Amino acid sequence: MGMTPEEKALGDSVIFTQLDKVIGWGRKYSFFLYPFITACCGMEFMSVAGPRYDLDRFGAALPRFSPRQADLLMVVGTISHRQAPILVKVYNQMTEPKWVFAFGACTVSGGMYDNYATVQGIDTLIPVDVYVPGCPPRPEMVLDGLILLQEKVAAQKGQMSYAKGMAPVGEADDRIITGGEDSI
Amino acid sequence: MTEQAKRNYDFHKEHHTELLTVNMGPSHPATHGTVKFMLALDGETIENIDVEVGYLHRGFEKECEAQMWNGVFPYTDRLDYLTSVLNNVGYAMTVEKLIGITTPERCQYIRVIMSELARIGAHYTTLAAGALELGALTAFIYFVEAREMVWDLIEATCGARLTHNYVRIGGLTGDLPDGFAGNVKSVFATCRKLWLDFDKLLTKNRIFLDRMRDVAAISAADAKAWGFTGPCLRAAGVPYDVRRAQPYLVYDRVDFEIPIGETGDNYDRFQVRMEELEQSMRIVEQCLTQIPDGPINVNNPEWRQPSKDLSSTNIEYMIHHFKTVMEGVHVPVGEVYQAVEGANGELGYYIVSNGSGHPVKMRVRPPCFPITSALPLLIKGRLIADLIPTFDMLNLIGGECDR
Amino acid sequence: MNWWETGGADSPVMARMKERFAGTSTLILTHAFKGDDTIVIQPADVSLVLGFLKCDPALAFDILMDVTAVDYLNDAQIHPYLLTMGARFEVVYHLYSEEKNHRIRVKAPLKAEEPDINSVVSLWPSADWFEREAWDLYGIVFRGHPNLKRILLYEKFVGHPLRKDYPKTKRQPLIGPVN
Repeated sequence: MGMTPEEKALGDSVIFTQLDKVIGWGRKYSFFLYPFITACCGMEFMSVAGPRYDLDRFGAALPRFSPRQADLLMVVGTISHRQAPILVKVYNQMTEPKWVFAFGACTVSGGMYDNYATVQGIDTLIPVDVYVPGCPPRPEMVLDGLILLQEKVAAQKGQMSYAKGMAPVGEADDRIITGGEDSI
Repeated sequence: MTEQAKRNYDFHKEHHTELLTVNMGPSHPATHGTVKFMLALDGETIENIDVEVGYLHRGFEKECEAQMWNGVFPYTDRLDYLTSVLNNVGYAMTVEKLIGITTPERCQYIRVIMSELARIGAHYTTLAAGALELGALTAFIYFVEAREMVWDLIEATCGARLTHNYVRIGGLTGDLPDGFAGNVKSVFATCRKLWLDFDKLLTKNRIFLDRMRDVAAISAADAKAWGFTGPCLRAAGVPYDVRRAQPYLVYDRVDFEIPIGETGDNYDRFQVRMEELEQSMRIVEQCLTQIPDGPINVNNPEWRQPSKDLSSTNIEYMIHHFKTVMEGVHVPVGEVYQAVEGANGELGYYIVSNGSGHPVKMRVRPPCFPITSALPLLIKGRLIADLIPTFDMLNLIGGECDR
Repeated sequence: MNWWETGGADSPVMARMKERFAGTSTLILTHAFKGDDTIVIQPADVSLVLGFLKCDPALAFDILMDVTAVDYLNDAQIHPYLLTMGARFEVVYHLYSEEKNHRIRVKAPLKAEEPDINSVVSLWPSADWFEREAWDLYGIVFRGHPNLKRILLYEKFVGHPLRKDYPKTKRQPLIGPVN
């Protein structure tokens, strides 16, 4: 995490902690989601955004379908190996600060699909901030996950100089990575 | 220009126009999940379209071949994930057909009730998403609320809102809860009111009609040739409904109509689904008046696990319990195909058994797979803006199409 | 008694099929196990048989419901004709007639070394994607198919995963670690 010259000079002084708090408060109540919806969890996402389990009260109502305009990548539903490069591309195209919300068991660990087609958890591809298991998770659980993420965002230090790591893998390339007989 | 020059003048060559290739990628708000369209555009007109599915391929068949017969149910839930119970019912009926058992009457009535509730939920979602993508956000909210109420009913019975895993080979996991009939009555009253609101907003709305009427029409012959079934086929004028043509469970004892369209355009598909909502509600109400008391499971421990007090105290039941849990139900050798009417069309299961506890082949005939393959036929020559309602009304569900 | 022999009279569809193909070697086996009319045919005759099923006015199978394949690598004893023919795969067609409300299942056994069969896209356009899927997952080559490429998996995937000798968890990621 890079430190600006001001931070180096002043250290952890009062001005910057207050500024951090204000910026954190602003960020946590104004998530712009990118709902990367693939499968059944998308139906629960529709419910969470619906009138009963309102996502709007958390400030996170407006989905932005352009990665440049979004800061919360909600990966909703199973990611297959065919979809994986697209997920990484979208993540790389998002600008800092950005957070990733793994919605559903398939994104957390591959769910009940342990086979040739499914990515066993998106944290093998991109760094994840909140894991919400469930198949599909109840809307209340999603809201709980969102609140946890809000607390995490608000508590972050150094909000002004935000440099977070890139995805741990690059773009898809021409190699096939095969794993021999049984790659567990 | 002289006449000769006019005839030789090639607009596209002179002005260097080419078709613009646009990728409407797998992650897109209007592509219900994950489908990729490669569009070749001339201005806004779609000259050519290449539909790529398979971004949600999760290996359903291979996974199910590794499971025991009863362990396949959670995977069938996630096919057309809006109608999980219906998928379960279809699979259970297929295995029961191969084994040769019939479930008790009460079980059949409950299966029909839950299937129809699932179908109602699915149609609400399709119509709500269709409205949302045309900009009618209020209509979306109304039907999402209606869907929530129907899902509450299903949750009271099955325990889950979305992926139900409710049916077993030879019966069900549990009976209907107390007060179900009363709840259904009050829920349906509210749902019918919401249906009227939705109808008032959209059905005669000038803008809605302009966007949906005469868009992506298909003839009956074409629809049959392309493997259409379900609401898309009925909108084209073909009166084929599996519940009527080859009645299963108790559909021959209830009275319902099958809405048929005329031209097979988007508006007809929309109307067919709207009308089917009312018909499904009628079926549920009739079933609740006719339903008898009785057991919900087949009384044969070889196929359906008996209750715990029996399997804990009686040695024969205990042996069967042990064998069915450790090795799976031993479905006899053979192959069958059984079709049920899913929300999108004929949902068929083709299974092959070698007599052991694991399937050899676990095929699902996905209703929306051939329907999506016909999208180029429907949309060539139309505008991009027509692609959105067309795709909504064809209702591709990723879990079912890609399996 | 074999599992498919259930006795009982032939349905009109079966009677018509037997009448048409009497004296030829096209029909290997016919049965109606659990009420599903099924015929097993020589793969070379698939266009002939399916064309007849579609065009004959008494049969009029206008909807091709499903095309799939089954790999009988370990289970060929279920169908003894597979053992006598030395066949490994079976392409299964399910047809439905909306006019007459009857169904039929047509099966064509294929050997492992030459899993090719004629495509029926010219009869029913719905066969297009179903045959692509059978190619993708089983490796059955459909001769005459206009666009036989993978549909559910990506082009760089090597192998045909639904074959019984492909391990279930063998992943071939485009990006990211193997596990």
